[in-house]
Amino acid sequence: MDRRRFLIGAGCSVAAHPLMTTLTLAGAAGLGENRLIVVILRGAMDGLDVVQPLGDAAFAGLRPGLAGGALPLDGFFGLHPGLGGLMPLWTAGDVGFVHATSTPYRDKRSHFDGQDLLEAGTGMDVAPGAQRDGWLNRMLQAVPGLSAETAFAVGREAIPLLAGAAPVRNWAPEQKLELSAQSRLLLEHVYHDDPLFAGAATEAMDLAADLGEARMGEGLMAQAVPKFADVDRLVAFAAQRLRGDTRIAAFSLSGWDTHRGQQAAIAGPLSRLERVILQMQAALGAQVWGKTVLMAMTEFGRTAAENGSRGTDHGTGGAMVLAGGALRGGRVLGRWPGLAEAELYDRRDLMPTSDVRDWAAQAMQGLYGFDRAVLEGAVFPGLQMTGGAGLLR
Amino acid sequence: MPYDPTIAAIRYGYGLPAADPGSVAAMLDRLAGPDRALADWPAPNLAETVPLVQELGRLKVLRRNDPAQDKPYRAVAAELMQMTSVAGRAVIVRCMQSPDGFRERLAGFWGDHFTVVGRRPETRILPFVLLDEAIRPNMTGRFADLLTAVTLHPAMLIYLDQVSSFGPASIVGQRRKRGLNENLARELLELHTLGVGAGYGQDDVRQLAELLTGLTYDLRRGMVFDPRRAEPGAETVLGQVYDGKGMAPIRAALRDIAARPEVAAHLARKLAVHFVADDPDPALVAAIEAAWVGSGGDLPVVYGALLGHAAAWGPELQKARQPFDFMIAALRALQVPGEDIARMGFGPLRRMVLEPMAAMGQPFKTPGGPDGWSEAAEAWITPQGLAARITWGMEVPPRLVRPLPDPVDLAQRALGPMASERLLWAVARAENMREGVGLVLASPEFNRR
Repeated sequence: MDRRRFLIGAGCSVAAHPLMTTLTLAGAAGLGENRLIVVILRGAMDGLDVVQPLGDAAFAGLRPGLAGGALPLDGFFGLHPGLGGLMPLWTAGDVGFVHATSTPYRDKRSHFDGQDLLEAGTGMDVAPGAQRDGWLNRMLQAVPGLSAETAFAVGREAIPLLAGAAPVRNWAPEQKLELSAQSRLLLEHVYHDDPLFAGAATEAMDLAADLGEARMGEGLMAQAVPKFADVDRLVAFAAQRLRGDTRIAAFSLSGWDTHRGQQAAIAGPLSRLERVILQMQAALGAQVWGKTVLMAMTEFGRTAAENGSRGTDHGTGGAMVLAGGALRGGRVLGRWPGLAEAELYDRRDLMPTSDVRDWAAQAMQGLYGFDRAVLEGAVFPGLQMTGGAGLLR
Repeated sequence: MPYDPTIAAIRYGYGLPAADPGSVAAMLDRLAGPDRALADWPAPNLAETVPLVQELGRLKVLRRNDPAQDKPYRAVAAELMQMTSVAGRAVIVRCMQSPDGFRERLAGFWGDHFTVVGRRPETRILPFVLLDEAIRPNMTGRFADLLTAVTLHPAMLIYLDQVSSFGPASIVGQRRKRGLNENLARELLELHTLGVGAGYGQDDVRQLAELLTGLTYDLRRGMVFDPRRAEPGAETVLGQVYDGKGMAPIRAALRDIAARPEVAAHLARKLAVHFVADDPDPALVAAIEAAWVGSGGDLPVVYGALLGHAAAWGPELQKARQPFDFMIAALRALQVPGEDIARMGFGPLRRMVLEPMAAMGQPFKTPGGPDGWSEAAEAWITPQGLAARITWGMEVPPRLVRPLPDPVDLAQRALGPMASERLLWAVARAENMREGVGLVLASPEFNRR
């Protein structure tokens, strides 16, 4: 985590630290005007439920207890009604999907290894957890002179996707504490010899937590809070930064592990995803939204057939959700492999026909003009980009 | 045998001040004795919650059509919440008060290894009953018995969806057109036993899921085996064939899986990572693994190998205290009486203990998934997490203890010889007592173990 290395020794006073001033003033010039938002959907979103292949003869038979009520997209696919609020954006070309896609992760179907690989951006030749930085950070590393403000990891959860040598900023809601100047100096003194603490400290002292109203929606003894209060805060913060110097934001949405009673279980996560996209569009305003691509991706898809408890188990191929005014949407991208038993991966999962990393690389190329060699080397080692989908307007 | 009283308290307990056991042998002797903390600070058991859960289920149906049932529904939900609150406080108080800190830390370790999370009013108590009914009574015996008790406990059957898994060719499966749910079978192999790197495949997951069908839970009787849900025929898991009726093949499979060498390797490393270092000395892991294999998974022998190794007593504090550990250690260092926590109103408890733990990144007993909490120091000492620790240290102690302890005394009491020159220098220069106390609690040495 190199935000650590970057911040070591950087005290509370910017003026006293020319290094920090330089970096701050460098601004986001290197990335231009376009914005990229990456949302990690933790728990394995069921792509076949979100974007339903209604035109596939095998589909209805595989999922008698799940399908229903889908909104027609393009004559073959239908959208889960839980994302129905996105239909106007689909029509306007501001929302699109990729189907039958996955990371290179195969066979063990472990959430935790799957998420490691998704965020590390590596192939199966690298052991999960062995790559210490995330692909979005490696993209930032390819652009010299960016300020830490260029990229924000938003929310309380760690986002390995953005961890690495390039400086990034972190933000979680409900944080404000005034430390006395003396306490600050003394804390810096106490943290001086411990790199882990020294690295986190400067930013920590700028944040600090308001214990009064913190996160009543979480934890064992949670209390009722407005349904979308948490995502609204994340989106409002991210949008405010993205309207300014920030170009990259990442956060995660959980709750997609729908082993049982999926119809009810997926409703909440879908409504939150829909809310994120709609609020983001509203909060960014037309001009910035027009320069933005949001990509929501998950560690893998789920079984083609519903399981014994009206849910689905861990699978392979899945879907991505794309949004933004810079997107050439209104399409379901990716080659459809079919759902007949012989067409499935391992005779149970949707067969992946593309690599999630390929779509991310195409977006980064389109938004920021990266060389293919950088994307296939430093950012996604081992990736072979296909291109040609014309992802952006 | 290497031993150090400060390390014993900080690395293998909930921190100083603590009674010094005196030796590794004495720590192990205490484990061999009765679980006094469980007896002294009891929590509601599953059977006690059953009438409320039944009533809640009944009212839940009624209130769909009758708004007048909403109020009684809420009242019963609140009663269940009260039970959960008692159970949660019991866990906190045991960790604060018990002289056998190592036993409490082991309960924390195994409770995380066998993570169960409850998110609805009727399931929030599940992690606590699993801890008291399956984990604590078995964590000082053989791993095979621990695994069996946990896997067959209603809390686990509910959390990992076993209660809604049916043999596709079973009587109920056929009649109700229901089938398998792989969740428990997969996590049992991946998380609870072999580890994700081990050489099992999707077929093993599937076959184990078939073997586990029949296991379910009944409000009155607890775990039951329902042969009408069980997939007929034999299953092959990891090359072993399991045939026959009832629980016997399931118990045999759990015993066989527990005895696999991959389990010894997985758990030896996990113990070393949890207690000693995120990247532990390979010799330490090898010693624990050898003890595991040699004893057939006899856990006290395994713990003895951990505590008996020189690398377990190195002076460098390599682990970050997780937020729960931080909170307990802080309450102990501040000498807050356990009864204060047991009797505290729910509002203050939430504001001063539960919400701060969530802000530090660890909402109490509510990890995001069945893999439990991260072990990596970097996952906890983030800007957000550290900010929440600093805030707690600076703001909450004056609300908990009057008068505040002298910060220099606190540093000595909570850290002993681990208090650094830097910390003592800084504490002496704090502008006031409150900030001095905050410095001690926010210091690297207090946040490591």
